[in-house]
This record gives sequence, structure tokens and C-alpha cells, in this order.
Amino acid sequence: MSKHTTTVTVGGTASKNARKLTVASNRQSFFKRMMSQKMLIAMSLPFVLWLIIFRYIPVVGWLMAFQDYKPQNGFFGNEWVGLKHFRDLFNEPTFFRALENTIGMGVLGLVFTTLAAITFALLLNEMRFLKFKKLTQTISYLPHFVSWVIVANIVTTMLSIEGPINGLLTSIGILDDPINFMAKPGMFWGIVTSAEVWKSTGWNAIIYFAAMAGIDPQLYEAAKVDGASRLRQMWHITLPSIRSVIIVLLILSIGNLINIGFEKQMLLGNNIVMDKAIVIDLYALNYGIGMFRYSFGTAIGIFKSVVSVILILIANGFAKKIGEGRVF
Amino acid sequence: MKKKKFTAFDMVLLIFMLVVVVVTLYPFLNILAISFNDATDTARGGLHIFPRQFTWANYEYIFNGNDRLLGAFGMSVLRTVVGTATGILASTMLAYTLSRRDFVFNGPVSFILVITMFVSGGLIPEFLLIRELGLMNNFLVYILPMLLNAFNVIVIRSFMDGIPIALTESAKMDGAHDFTIFWKIIIPLSLPVIATVSLFLAVGQWNNWFDTYLYARANENLTTLQFELMKILDNTQMSGGDITSGNAEYVAGRTNPQSIQMAITIIATVPILMVYPFLQRYFVTGLTLGAVKS
Repeated sequence: MSKHTTTVTVGGTASKNARKLTVASNRQSFFKRMMSQKMLIAMSLPFVLWLIIFRYIPVVGWLMAFQDYKPQNGFFGNEWVGLKHFRDLFNEPTFFRALENTIGMGVLGLVFTTLAAITFALLLNEMRFLKFKKLTQTISYLPHFVSWVIVANIVTTMLSIEGPINGLLTSIGILDDPINFMAKPGMFWGIVTSAEVWKSTGWNAIIYFAAMAGIDPQLYEAAKVDGASRLRQMWHITLPSIRSVIIVLLILSIGNLINIGFEKQMLLGNNIVMDKAIVIDLYALNYGIGMFRYSFGTAIGIFKSVVSVILILIANGFAKKIGEGRVF
Repeated sequence: MKKKKFTAFDMVLLIFMLVVVVVTLYPFLNILAISFNDATDTARGGLHIFPRQFTWANYEYIFNGNDRLLGAFGMSVLRTVVGTATGILASTMLAYTLSRRDFVFNGPVSFILVITMFVSGGLIPEFLLIRELGLMNNFLVYILPMLLNAFNVIVIRSFMDGIPIALTESAKMDGAHDFTIFWKIIIPLSLPVIATVSLFLAVGQWNNWFDTYLYARANENLTTLQFELMKILDNTQMSGGDITSGNAEYVAGRTNPQSIQMAITIIATVPILMVYPFLQRYFVTGLTLGAVKS
């Protein structure tokens, strides 16, 4: 019994010592490697500091949402108020209008930009004249590269009272008198969505177009032998082949439904259509910075992040259910 | 191989694509025409893609008549050049350390970087940070907050992963430092991805108006073309989108804010128009690579 115990102890000590040794030599080699990689450390350290300052400290700033933050008190000298700002938020009618507009324009934008990009990629993929095909694709990227300021400028010019759209509609008799599109609240969502489709279709189509290039040509050959028309080939071969790309991109964008930003609404909106143009980020900007309600504005940001995470989880679960695998 | 028949389906496709091209280009051509047209004549409406009464007046006003607009143009160029150069240097340098599998801190640094793709502090905390750092109305506010972007670093790193290790090993045998390897071997071999990311950075810098609006409004020396354009647009929007309401300061002259607005639009579009078609080959690959990785 005692002999047995001894053996075990001895064995135990030996293996412990051995482990200690490897840990020591690992630590030494880690230290040695670290010393030999001084240059690599110097090349990454400034950027790690940058990431901490510019990307992590703002996240710590979330604590402000639970305080009554006043700049003169510094970061630590503020009164903790719990969920007060969130309660205030849910008691604001403007907030719900902003939420409605955000989701409304987010969904419209997602549906129509996706449909437009897929349609454009499908049809471009069928084009026969290679030179014209390349040229069309190059031209289709252009709006992606110009800023929203320029797009807003283009939209207001095109839709102005003496602009081309009014000119076209009155000359073919759809309108009797030119109308001021930008001053019609009911048209605002439509205008923003059209502008988005105009700006992003060519660019968004790149990824679908690339996916179509990877389809096995034998599939089309086989379909042709079976007498399938080109429309049927598009429907039964091309579309199903890019199905998983479509689903992955949709899931990624569903998480961003609430992160539609404020640029388009801020640039295209005006006081007349503000009820339809105010979105969450614009609301946070007006209240949080414009009215110095920093804690309130931060609470809006947190609300957005939470909704965004919930949306991603829902979309992810949905994707799993229909058997496309999860994105994360 | 026999030539394929040109069917009705091809005809429909061709017409559809022509419509796409017209819808994309017409607005630019229309604005170009207005920018070269006499301002009072433009107010009569009905202008399409050719100017009716040709004039240089709108461009002259920007480049000769107005110090602020000329300064804005210079500032747009300056922030684009400096922002792109610093941004690409920072991204490639960090990407290189992360492409080195033997780098002792590879794991932690990658982790710190990737997290920033999913978590962001949001508008207000970032605004307060910039203010606390004393960057308000300072040129650095155009450069520092946009120095790095996790997505770009990952795209560059994926590209560097494809560079054969033998190339750097032999340099190391010859006693080259890590920075020398990065500068003399990795950078020249990574030019395609550097071109792509530089294009994205440059376009982002050139197009940004919101940081001027939020952080540099009070310093007129820091105004940019995009911000000036935004201000004119804002004035137009104030009047409910009615583009005819003029501004008294221009009425006596040969031009008006709307025509100048169009000229600025053209000036802000042309550099992009000149650069992106030539980099197309690169960004299509870069985009596909990035999408596959994420």
C-alpha cells in the first residue's frame, strides 16, 4: 500500500517537474521569440494603441447612457441614473416615428436594391456583345463612387420643378402640371429608395456576377440538350446556383436594417417632409449633439446595437432552418 | 463553331442595358450641361445634355472669384492625399505583422482588430472622444479617426498570405530586418491589393462631408468641396426644394448658386471618373476576396 503510494508520488512529482520544465522552456522561448521580434512588435503596437483609443474607448462610453453625463464633470463625476434615459426614450413619440421611418426605409431599400442587383447581374450575364457588356458594367459602377452629397444634388436637380422628370411626365401627359416632388412627404421613402437603387445596383451586382462566373458550363449544355429556353436556364440553373450567395448577403444586411445611417435622409430631407425623413441616427444626432443630451443620444445608440444583434440572431436562426447553414 | 443567332431575347437585353446606361449617365451629362450654361438661360428650363449658351462663368467663379471655394478644393485634395497615404501605410504595416504566423502576439492583435468589425461605440461617444482629444477644427480630424479599418486590413492580410514564404526566408538568411522585408519585398509584391484599398480610402476621403460638418465647421480653412456642396444643397432644401429661389449676392453677376452647385458637382466627380475605371480589375478581385473571407 505504502509502496504503491510512493510510486504514485514519485511518478507524480516527475511528471510535474517535467511539465514545469516545458513551461519554463516555453516561457523562455516565448521571451526569446519576443525579443527577436522587436521590430514586428514596434510595427503593430502603434496601431493596437490606435484601436484601443478610437474603437474601444467609445464603447466604454456606453456607460454614459446610465449617467447624467455633463462634460464639465468629466467621465467619472456624474450621477448614475439607471435606465432613466431609456424610459425617456420610450416615452418620446418622435422616437417611434424615427423607428418606423428607419425600418420602413431599411426594408424598402433592402428589398429593392437586392432585387435590382440580382436582375441586373442575371441580364448582364446573358449579354452577347462582350465589349458593350464590359462597358455597361463599368458605367454601372460609377454612381457607387460618388458621394451622397452629389447623389442628393442629382436627385433634387432631376426632380426639380423645371427638371427633366417633370418635363418628361408633363410632355407625355401623365402630369398636367409639374409637381414639387421634394415637398411631398408621401413620396419621400420612394425617392430615397430609388436613389439608393440608382447608386448601388451596379456595385452590388458585382458579387452575384462573380458567383455566376463560377457556374459549371456543362449544366447549361445539358439544359440546352433538353431544349430549355434561355429564360428557363436563368430560372432553373443560374438563380439556384447563386442561391446561397443571395441568402448569405441577405442575412448580413438584415442585421444592418436598423443601421441605415442618416446621410440620405439628412441630405434629401427638408422641413416639409421631416415627419417621413427623420430616422434614428438623425434623431440621435439632433438630440444627442444638437441639444447636448449626450447620455440620451448614447442610449439611442445602445438601443440600435441591441436591435441589430437581435435581428442578426433571428436571420441566422432562419437561415439554419431553411438549411443554408449559419453565417456565424 | 457556328455563330449564335441574334434572337428577340438578345434584342430585349440590349434595349434594357441601353436604358440602364442612359439612366446612369443622363444625370451627370445634364449637370455637366448646366454647369457650362449661362445661369439665367438655365432658369428657363428644358436643358438636356448640351449647353444652350456656353459659358465658363461658373467655373471661373470657383477658381477665380471665390477664395473659399478654391481653398475647399485644395483641402479636398490635401486630405485625400494625406489620408490615403497614411491609411495605406498603417493598414499594410499591421496586415504584414498579422500575416506572420510566427509573430508572438498574432492571436491577441488579430482578436483586438476583428472585434472592431462587430462592436462600435456609436455617434455620440465618438463625438465626445474627438472633442476630448482636442481634434475639433484640427486637420488631424480628417486623418486620425479613419487611419485603420479592420475590413481593409483583413483583405490585405489575405493577399499577403499568398506570397511564397521562400521569398522572405531567403532575405532573412541574408540578415534583413522585419521592416526591411516588409518595405523591400512585401510592399512591391502587394501592389494590386494596395491599389484596391488605396482607391477605397481615397474615395472615402474625397467624398466625406460629415466629419467636416460635425468636427470642423468652425474652421473655414478646413472646409472641403463636398461640405460646400452640402451647404448649398441645404440652402436649396430649406426653400422646400424650389431650385429657382436665388441668392441676392449673385443676382447681379453672370452666375447663381444653382449653376455653381452644378460646377462643384462636376469638379467633385471628375477625379473619381478618371481613376476608378483603371482600377476596376483590382477592386473586383479585392471585393470578391473580401466577401469570401467574411
